[in-house]
Amino acid sequence: MAADTVTTTEGHHPDPDVMRKTAMWAFLGSEVLFFGSLITTFLLYRTRIGDGPGPADIFDVPFTSISSFVLLMSSLTMVLAHHAAGRRDWRRMRVWLVATSLLGIVFLSGQAFEFTEFVHEGLTVSTSPFGSSFYLLTSFHGAHVAIGVLMLLATALMSWAGKLRPGEGMNVEAVGLYWHFVDIVWIVIFTVVYLLQV
Amino acid sequence: MATLTAGTPALTEGPVRRGLWAWITTTDHKRIGILYGITAIFFFVVGGVEALLIRLQLATPNGEVLSADAYNQMFTMHATTMVFLVVMPLAAAFANYFLPLQLGARDVAFPRLNSLSYWIFFFGGMFLTVSFFVGGAPDGGWFGYAPLSTQVDEVVRMDYWALGLQILGVASIASSVNFITTVLTMRAPGMTLMRMPVFSWMTLVVAFLLLFSLPMVAVGLFQVFFDRNLGTLFFDAAGGGDPVLWQHLFWLFGHPEVYVLILPAMGIVSEVLPTFSRKPLFGRTFVIFSGIAIGFMGFGVWAHHMFTTGLGPVAEAAFALTTMFIAVPTGVKIFNWLGTIWGGSVRFNSSMLFALGFIALFVVGGLSGVTHSIVPADSQQHDSYYVVAHFHYVLFGGAIFGIFSGIYYWFPKVTGRLLGEVLGKWNFWLMFIGMNLTFAPMHMLGLNGMPRRTYRYGEGLGFDLWNLVATVGSLILAFGVLLFLVNAFRSYRRGAEAGPDPWDGRTLEWTTSSPPPEHNFDRVPTVEAEDDFWHRKYAEDAEGRAVPRTDVVEVADGPEEDIHLPSPSFYPVLSAFGMFVTLMGLVYVPWGIVASAAGIVITLWGLFGWSMEPLVKEGH
Amino acid sequence: MPDPSEPRSTRRGVALVALTVLLALGAAACSTELPQNSLNPAGPEARKIDDLWWLVFWIAVVIFVLVESALIYAAFRFRRRRNSDDRVRQVHGNTRLEVLWTIIPVVILAIIAVPTLSTIFDLRREPGPEENALEINVIGHQWWWEFEYPEYGIETANELHIPEDRTVYLSLTSADVIHSFWVPQLNGKRDAVPGRVNHLTIIADEPGTYLGQCAEFCGLAHADMRHRVYAHTADDFDAWVAEQQEPAFEPQEGLAGQGWQIFEIVCTACHNVRGTSAQVTRTMTADDGGVTRGFAVSLAPDLTHFGSRTTFGGASFENTADHLRAWLANPADLKPMTPELNDPAEGRILGMPNFGLEADEIDALISLLETWQ
Repeated sequence: MAADTVTTTEGHHPDPDVMRKTAMWAFLGSEVLFFGSLITTFLLYRTRIGDGPGPADIFDVPFTSISSFVLLMSSLTMVLAHHAAGRRDWRRMRVWLVATSLLGIVFLSGQAFEFTEFVHEGLTVSTSPFGSSFYLLTSFHGAHVAIGVLMLLATALMSWAGKLRPGEGMNVEAVGLYWHFVDIVWIVIFTVVYLLQV
Repeated sequence: MATLTAGTPALTEGPVRRGLWAWITTTDHKRIGILYGITAIFFFVVGGVEALLIRLQLATPNGEVLSADAYNQMFTMHATTMVFLVVMPLAAAFANYFLPLQLGARDVAFPRLNSLSYWIFFFGGMFLTVSFFVGGAPDGGWFGYAPLSTQVDEVVRMDYWALGLQILGVASIASSVNFITTVLTMRAPGMTLMRMPVFSWMTLVVAFLLLFSLPMVAVGLFQVFFDRNLGTLFFDAAGGGDPVLWQHLFWLFGHPEVYVLILPAMGIVSEVLPTFSRKPLFGRTFVIFSGIAIGFMGFGVWAHHMFTTGLGPVAEAAFALTTMFIAVPTGVKIFNWLGTIWGGSVRFNSSMLFALGFIALFVVGGLSGVTHSIVPADSQQHDSYYVVAHFHYVLFGGAIFGIFSGIYYWFPKVTGRLLGEVLGKWNFWLMFIGMNLTFAPMHMLGLNGMPRRTYRYGEGLGFDLWNLVATVGSLILAFGVLLFLVNAFRSYRRGAEAGPDPWDGRTLEWTTSSPPPEHNFDRVPTVEAEDDFWHRKYAEDAEGRAVPRTDVVEVADGPEEDIHLPSPSFYPVLSAFGMFVTLMGLVYVPWGIVASAAGIVITLWGLFGWSMEPLVKEGH
Repeated sequence: MPDPSEPRSTRRGVALVALTVLLALGAAACSTELPQNSLNPAGPEARKIDDLWWLVFWIAVVIFVLVESALIYAAFRFRRRRNSDDRVRQVHGNTRLEVLWTIIPVVILAIIAVPTLSTIFDLRREPGPEENALEINVIGHQWWWEFEYPEYGIETANELHIPEDRTVYLSLTSADVIHSFWVPQLNGKRDAVPGRVNHLTIIADEPGTYLGQCAEFCGLAHADMRHRVYAHTADDFDAWVAEQQEPAFEPQEGLAGQGWQIFEIVCTACHNVRGTSAQVTRTMTADDGGVTRGFAVSLAPDLTHFGSRTTFGGASFENTADHLRAWLANPADLKPMTPELNDPAEGRILGMPNFGLEADEIDALISLLETWQ
């Protein structure tokens, strides 16, 4: 409503989208430190393999590369969803949101498969500090992806139910920020955990 | 949409809601602030009783008031309670209530998230406290050093602690995000960052400190919890883990946390001293920037808690230097406060006495803090009563005195009534004398070789006299706090009417009624200067002296307009309750998993209902 | 607004005077001969710390007096006068002054930093071969200390014997949780961290007894985890070592012989007695600045020369027959412990269990322990 009265009170009726974006940026700043601590723990412990298998024994880099690629692609579909939202093409936006979440689910399935394999090969959370820190880092990332999938689906559902009104609830942009962040973090994790095995 | 009538802006809210349900579902930042305050005062009494039991046990050599087990629970819970359930939420109470008022805003950025923060804090506090009644409270120290904290359950009960701190951290991160967004996007027109009141500034700095420090301890707490319950090896030396990692993660949070506790008090004092000296804060920009500097440097000094851990002389030397130099911005603030009083017209009311007491006591804590940076000397002081003396001068003499100053200062705004001055002064002097009698002797005890966290001491070590003095002091201190409670209760019922501006205040919260209306301001103020309200009342004469304005100041405040206040919501409290159930289940894995699953369902139900519910409901 | 009332301001002054008196009393307490006093150093390492402390202390006292006086003066001098018109000058700041009081602390701190840094490196130096340092391994346990003398092949518990005037270089580690070794009169404290080795140098100027106790919270009986250092003249120390190197024996006759029969059944699961069949240790490793060191660790205090000790139970109880009787009847009555949680296979020992010994069995055991001088 108050759009016409804003002239004298500029800044007092802030755009709810700007507020949510600000909040999301602040939250992601916090997340950087969270993943930073997890990655630091892993770097400290990655050579402490005790009697269990080490990185070179169990990692299947080609497999994880493919699931990483899937997750990267989901950033693309997220951009498309955001783009569609910008054009107020709600139907297409929902399609891309669902596509993004499906890619996220594929990634999570890959992670579940990978964990099962590793356990079979003798790496559990209590095998070695390497095992403890590997599972802690990657499963917390997986939990973030899972929460992202829930947020994407909820956003699509709300849009479908006509509840996604501008200025209320989650918006596509904030969810997108979160999703891209989770992707970027994975690139770091993939590099540090899987590629840097020297 | 209602039509405007002159002078009374149309509200989309009905009349003020009453009753318990209205408080539980409230999204009004002022009510949430009051809830924070009352809950924190309750925990202040709980933590105080724990402290008194500790002091009674130590009054004489080989005391028999508490068993070793009970004593270990008491000091663990005393610290955990005072840090996470008293000082932080008291600061949050002021921040909730006064940040929007000082910024000229109608609420915080996310009112329902604000309610969620409070209820997570509330249930987190209950979760920690309930442990006393279900087999014993946490007893591994508030700092939970691994691998003691990861020993099996019968040895140390630390699951309640690990999960409780985790969930309180979630509440703090949520409110930090909220406050940061509020400050960055909701300031009144003309309220530039540099015109922002110092208390609001310190709230912003604290929000950033929490945002960046909590995630590090969160990771550590997960590691402790998993070491205890899943058999991970993070801190198990025999399995290849390193206990020192926990110390890094804990103190990377723990030291910024010290500034989280003290900066709000510094902000309060920076409001109180100018008001009761009738002068602007001396070197305001310096004070703000030194606060920011403390915030940044606070992340670079954590290892001074680890000078006996064995970091090696190079690291010890480096952290000695950073620790010394964080004293500089702190010292700057003290001199600026002195400069504020200097040449003023100082009123000795209770609020001002607590602010002056804050400076007097904080100087002691600051100086003893510098002695910790002298690594060799710290190797004697570390984990001795000297350290206990130091941080009580900072956290009791500093944080609590600052907060009490704030309570006497803002109570009239919140309740519409002044806190009694006679009892107020008794309150101050008893606390001031009691505090010094309690904590000053602890310097001596520590230097004479008494370690912390010991439930008894033998005769002939020379600890008897000072321990007895400290216990007597703690009783005086407790009596002072009791007088405060009496005073607050009496004043709330029959205190003198305050009016909107009892102190001739300087900042925007004094422009609105006491207590403020639900929408805070009838018209959104337009800010034209630092201490804007003061400048609406006073001009300066040729010599720069304050003279009351005779002219009417033309201010371009916002127009009367429709005000959409957030509707009450049941979903935040429901979500928080779901988290509480989840945690209770996690303590009792494996069978507790069922409860946890139920808790997760409740939480998701709450969050789903929340996202489907409009912020402002139709039909109001 | 009520006027500032003079009596209250005066009371404030009185309180500060009282505080000063208290601090003066405190200063007086520094000089008294307390057995665990960091301000009464008895060796060069502790003295270096003490010298540094007093330097910083007096600087701090000067700052304290200046700032608190300025505060009291300003509050009094500028208190609101009766009938004041409150028209005070609105001073917003003074950049020159503010820069000045930023620089002054920097300069003071820089002055303190110099001796601090040099003392840090001095105290942390490794003794050279010319110092002929006595090396001792210190292993923390819940809740007692194990002292190994690799040079002499002997081991004690809770009581550390050293020669006067000789550099003693301690290697500290822990068998369970983090402990901290602290003898305030000889040096600052140093943590015993599981999986790591830390070092501490102690030197005693003169023969004497120096008390200390664990300074890092280590669980239930942290308060009762004490230790003491006995410094001897070189000759006395050599005599003590020779005595300790003697193995114990298994008495076959008399009360002590009965005691041994009980001991063999009840006590040898945890206690070592050199020269007898009581032999139980476990091995562990710890990182000493990048080098992995192995330690043979006892499960419970070595009792080879128990009779020669002045204390037991974490140096918390005098070694008398009465105390021993109470201890053997139920150890947890004297010192809080949770032996029901012991798991020797996991290396977890949390105290001595109550074995339900009869009075005559206890007398026999006491007789045995007194035999092992």
